Amino acid sequence: MSNIIEIKDLSFAYHGRNVLEDIDLSIEAGSFLGLVGPNGSGKSTLIKCLLGLVTPERGEVRLFGERLSRFHKWEDIGFVSQKANSFNSGFPATVFEVVSMGLYGKVGLFRFLTKKHKEKVREAIRQVEMEAFMHENIGQLSGGQQQRVFIARALVSEPKLLILDEPTVGVDAKSVKRFYTMLKDLNRNKGITLVLVTHDIGAMTEYVTDVACLNKHLHFHGDTKEYEEQEDDMMSRMYGHDVQIITHNHEHHDDHAHDGGHSS
Amino acid sequence: MISVFFQYDFLKYALYTGLMVGFLAPFLGVFLVVRRLSLIADALSHITLSGIAFSLLLGRYYGFFAGLNPIYMGAAFSVGGALMIERLRTVYVYYKELAIPIILSAGIGIGVVFISLANGFNNDLFNYLFGSVVAVTKSDFHLIIGITIVVTLLLVLFYKELFFLSFDEDQAVISGIPRRFLHVLFIIMVALVIAASMRVVGILLVSSLMTLPVAAAMRLARGFKQMFVYAVVFGELSVIVGLISAFHLDLAPGGTIVIINVIILLVVVLLTRKRV
Repeated sequence: MSNIIEIKDLSFAYHGRNVLEDIDLSIEAGSFLGLVGPNGSGKSTLIKCLLGLVTPERGEVRLFGERLSRFHKWEDIGFVSQKANSFNSGFPATVFEVVSMGLYGKVGLFRFLTKKHKEKVREAIRQVEMEAFMHENIGQLSGGQQQRVFIARALVSEPKLLILDEPTVGVDAKSVKRFYTMLKDLNRNKGITLVLVTHDIGAMTEYVTDVACLNKHLHFHGDTKEYEEQEDDMMSRMYGHDVQIITHNHEHHDDHAHDGGHSS
Repeated sequence: MISVFFQYDFLKYALYTGLMVGFLAPFLGVFLVVRRLSLIADALSHITLSGIAFSLLLGRYYGFFAGLNPIYMGAAFSVGGALMIERLRTVYVYYKELAIPIILSAGIGIGVVFISLANGFNNDLFNYLFGSVVAVTKSDFHLIIGITIVVTLLLVLFYKELFFLSFDEDQAVISGIPRRFLHVLFIIMVALVIAASMRVVGILLVSSLMTLPVAAAMRLARGFKQMFVYAVVFGELSVIVGLISAFHLDLAPGGTIVIINVIILLVVVLLTRKRV
């Protein structure tokens, strides 16, 4: 099978600190990859590099065989970001309006949504079982419901690749299970290639086909079976790295303590 | 009550201008408010003031400028200020709102210097500060018609892109929406609408027509499209009621319109208190 994503020798630094080093990663069409790693391991940064939202210091990214700088078929890629920081929940938009946005890139400038487009929007909403909330404001829904709306928005343009960055943050455990089952269905039955970024390693292994472990370096990439065989070894390697980073960085530590004080 | 507005030309112009601005300012204002940029209207109105002061100053020395409607120079300054705000927002990435007070104080500072050079305040300037809808000239009227048509067309054409950018900028960029172009286009539209609204409510009150009807609409609207409907209805209502009561009670029209807006907002907030 062909590779939908190819990353070669990629490094990225933020304020002089290396966040990603020498990443080589290929993702095959039809796979469901769980990209895992502790908080601050560079997972979201890697996704941002993939999507061209930031430019890496070194290395190359190819999407569907095309170099990132030449890639234009963005409607083939659906992206669902960490909900918490990507939208303002008081925003007055209905579920229908939010899902419609998924077609805007495809429809293009100076054109309006046709009846056919609107039917597609309704279909995507049905796919995530949110049709009862079609004309509700997005801010009035629960975290899990909002996340399903964002999946619908990503699905409406019929992407070949769907990238999800920590989609289950703030979603209750029961909804998470249902959510993962829906993703598995999209992958197995609709043939959509999925990349799921998460720090929650335990929950997703029964749904994904492949696992990649990231903490600045790519520590592991293989199928789920291989992963389960080497799991213990990997955890100590990955989290060993993580401890080092935190003890290096006292400022960060203080920040967190401060935050905790506020919220309590 | 309203029939008197059709008996005199100057009142007719006042009413029509008011209606156009009552439509345009809240229409554009919806995007300003949801993008948390409502204060930009204030910054740009103050830079418009320096443009008008500059035009009045030049008019003292050069015949050409004495004949030119100061609103043009005001609009030009406003567009320049808008572009500078966009520029500053990329300089202070983490404190984007800093661009607003910088341009706002620059606008007042420059304006005051020009005013003093032109030997102080005169009646003209006072009209620009607080609005003088009954003094709307034919040339103002034509300019405002032009701005209304151009801005409405642009907003309809770029509605979906502006909506997406306001809701979720990262996603919008990923799906190929030209962010820089739309930011610049949008802020130029804001500058033009401010120049148009200035005649009705005055520089000091311009931002009220762009934000107060939208603030009220936000409490009631289900969905983004409804926001426009409510905002424009409230905007027009405030202009019509404001103009009529100002005329009959002999009040300043600009201030009266703003007070009506505040009353509408208070009523809406009270009625929707139980909702989240």
